[in-house]
Amino acid sequence: MRVRNFFKSPLLYSLVLVVGLMTALGVQAQTTDTTAVSMSTAMDTASTAAAAGPASPTLISTDVDTTQLSWNLGDGQGNPVEIGKIAPDYTPIYKSFSYYFLLFFLFCAFIAIIGRSLKAYELTRSIQGKEKGINWHRIQAVLLGIVLVVGLYGAYWSYTTQGAMVNSISGTEHGERIDFMFNITVIITTIVFVITHILLFGFSVRYAGSEKRKAYFYPHNNAIERLWTIAPAIVLTVLVLLGFFTWKGITNISDSDQKNALQVEVTGEQFKWSLRYSGADNQIGTRNYKLISPTNGLGIDFTDKKSWDDRLAGDIVLPVNRSVRFTIGSKDVLHSFYIPTFRVQMNAVPGMPTYFQFTPKYTTAEMRGKLNDPKFDYILLCAKICGAGHYNMQVKVRVVSEKEYQEWLTKQPLYYNDDVKKELQMASASTSAQVALTSNN
Amino acid sequence: MASTAHDTAVHHDDHGHHHETFLTKYVFSQDHKMIAKQFLITGIIMGVIAMFLSVLFRLQLGWPDKSFPILETFLGKWAEGGRIKPDFYLALVTIHGTMMVFFVLTAGLSGTFSNLLIPLQLGARDMASPFINMLSYWFFFLACVIMMGSFFVESGPASAGWTVYPPLSALPKAISGSGLGMTLWLVSMTLFVASSLMGALNYISTVLNMRTKGMDLWRMPLTIWAFFLTAITGVLSFPVLVAAVVLLIFDRSFGTSFYLSDIVMQGQVLPNQGGSPILWQHLFLFQKGQFANISLL
Repeated sequence: MRVRNFFKSPLLYSLVLVVGLMTALGVQAQTTDTTAVSMSTAMDTASTAAAAGPASPTLISTDVDTTQLSWNLGDGQGNPVEIGKIAPDYTPIYKSFSYYFLLFFLFCAFIAIIGRSLKAYELTRSIQGKEKGINWHRIQAVLLGIVLVVGLYGAYWSYTTQGAMVNSISGTEHGERIDFMFNITVIITTIVFVITHILLFGFSVRYAGSEKRKAYFYPHNNAIERLWTIAPAIVLTVLVLLGFFTWKGITNISDSDQKNALQVEVTGEQFKWSLRYSGADNQIGTRNYKLISPTNGLGIDFTDKKSWDDRLAGDIVLPVNRSVRFTIGSKDVLHSFYIPTFRVQMNAVPGMPTYFQFTPKYTTAEMRGKLNDPKFDYILLCAKICGAGHYNMQVKVRVVSEKEYQEWLTKQPLYYNDDVKKELQMASASTSAQVALTSNN
Repeated sequence: MASTAHDTAVHHDDHGHHHETFLTKYVFSQDHKMIAKQFLITGIIMGVIAMFLSVLFRLQLGWPDKSFPILETFLGKWAEGGRIKPDFYLALVTIHGTMMVFFVLTAGLSGTFSNLLIPLQLGARDMASPFINMLSYWFFFLACVIMMGSFFVESGPASAGWTVYPPLSALPKAISGSGLGMTLWLVSMTLFVASSLMGALNYISTVLNMRTKGMDLWRMPLTIWAFFLTAITGVLSFPVLVAAVVLLIFDRSFGTSFYLSDIVMQGQVLPNQGGSPILWQHLFLFQKGQFANISLL
């Protein structure tokens, strides 16, 4: 028998159906068994409890039996139900592979049956010598028309319903430039999307296959080809250049502006962000990953005096309308420093510091008012898959007035604390001892 | 072309040689049309599997507070109680992306249409090398099997996203999927690239050497131009991916530091120094850019 005939054979389908049914029935039987087991367990427990009772075992046994049964077989509100009417537990069926296999098979069989019925309908009509039964060209044209209308409505719906999610107010100055670029791109692509889809589906509907019409062979038109080559080329060039200059404007910052900005360092690791605020000198001390220890989690080099006034923080707190420069790093794998409302995103790379400088425009309180959401908070997320806890790498960002910021900063603990000093002293003492030992020898 | 092939087969049968067995006709076929069908069917199967994976993880994404017994049915220990574990969620996302980008968009589309149409539209009898064409499919098939096989590894399949950025993909301690699962991903990808390279070289040779009489390059149909340029792009970019993959294998298995530097993993300072994870991004994204072109063409 040829292989293709095997797939035509009803034997194959019957076999699959029988196997599926048998497996599903097996699961059903198992389910009933499970119910029976749970019932008998309940009753056993009841009688065991009764047997353990102190006095008059028989009498107490009956009492406890009833109570236990009503607990185990009740409807959840303490009302007992009769044993014969227990709702079977179907959970194992939903855990059975064959159940899903059978569902899939039945779905395919259903589609096949509809197909064969339509075929039979057409054949009987042709045997009776009637006109062609179903005009498939027309049906397909109508379906494509429906796809066009539903699709365009779907696009409109998602723009109006979900558009606000991507087009919320930006919290920074540069964010507005990014939003402008984003909006221009969306407008251009939407126009192209609508026009091309109306043409694509509209032509399929208007010129659906018909015996009355002959296709017109139209192989070439230089004018149209020029139009659809040059127009997208110009538009894409504009978009790319816009992107290039916007990004350049955001990242190319003069040295003096870099120095004047508030310096904050953020370091990603699985699965948290560590923050270091520069102190009065507005300079962050150097660090070396080889110095990392339980007391010095970031590996700060405390021989560098710039690090002595660096402060540790839990949340990110930023003064409004003041430029802040983040130095971004990572201790282990790639992370991505991402504050969506600020339109800020930059990879955190081990061994290679990256930077992002921006100016928050609204305090958290102002933003809450603008968004009419009293629970709103800026939030720092990780935007690069970094391991099992990636989804949970969040830090709250608060934007406050300069005065509030200064008050907050003074309350943050120093990195260069007593524990660190003690550790450094011990390390220094042990080094001197070793040196002395070596020189004595 | 179809009728010609059929006539030839009949003619050969008459003389009692070149009998096509089931194996040579359907399995290890050297006929470009059968190979195109093999690519198509394998591509569709991989597409369906990839869609199924996305349904599984989107169930959880859509209803994060609910548990679905179906997840435990199909994923077993990775979704106990009907909820996918976080690292396995990433594995599903990774393998879904890998299958869709490499096996469906690249091999499924290019393998099917280039194989089917290049000889037909050029008026060639078959590809320049039918044997290499067959090998190209079987390398692709093996790549698919190994990628699927990684689901049955104890520590799970690769989980570092379809772009498998190191150091996450290079350090088994960083995520469980970066163990044997990641090794299988890399082996599968190397085989896939070998397959694509064999295919692309075949397409280029066929287009350049086997056009029918009178068909110069400028008379070639537009579709063949697209396949031709796709193949050239592939030949230029796939070796870059192999280079990236081999360097990653070195970092994982032989202690080199091409992509690793200044890393502290779970409190332990690693000795790797001087490398850069950005190197992988450059090599891999060069390839990724080509994917866009390949899909477009």
